[in-house]
Amino acid sequence: MEKLQLFEGSLPVEQITNSWYEEFKSSNYGAIITFVGVVRDENSIDGLSFDIYEPILNSWFDSWQKKANEKNAIVLMAHSRGDVLNHESSYIAAVCSPKRRVALEMIDEFVEDFKAQAPIWKYDIIDGKRVYAEDRSTKIQGSGILN
Amino acid sequence: MVKVEFLGPINKEALNVEISNLNELGALLKEDQDVSKWLETCAVAVNDTLVASKDVALSDGDKVSLLPPVCGG
Repeated sequence: MEKLQLFEGSLPVEQITNSWYEEFKSSNYGAIITFVGVVRDENSIDGLSFDIYEPILNSWFDSWQKKANEKNAIVLMAHSRGDVLNHESSYIAAVCSPKRRVALEMIDEFVEDFKAQAPIWKYDIIDGKRVYAEDRSTKIQGSGILN
Repeated sequence: MVKVEFLGPINKEALNVEISNLNELGALLKEDQDVSKWLETCAVAVNDTLVASKDVALSDGDKVSLLPPVCGG
């Protein structure tokens, strides 16, 4: 099973989380923590839309997998491309670990680092148009070198 | 030629340019009205690896990507 999965449009949450549980429940991970991100209805948006740059997302994810493996854990992730309407899910992250504390701490770091570094761009969908969510976006570490 | 691609919201077609390092690319893009305002906030990758300084030599066939601020999830 691919540990990083990308989907067109909203995520089939039950299908993804069930498949992860089925895949790993017998692997002796004492803790499986899943974070499901859901699009909120706010600021008059109809939903969100996403662009992803896969080559760098893959290397970012691989470096997290190495970091997790050093603690005998694994990370899993699913994300949407394109449009995701309000109250649907665009992002799921999970950590499977033999130890509870490792999983609890890693899901926090994994989700926060994802927000700050993963090459994914978010747009609000307003009146059928995509508007870059500039005010909620974060510069990737090392930005501005060409300036 | 070096291919320069502009990711996400920059929304600009890729360029093919004759340059030999990132310094030259910075100078070139400062003159480009569509792109200059993004330079301050963009990260830069060479052949899909993020780089931390402008002191990077480029060769024929290299790809440079500009990554504006991100917000996944």
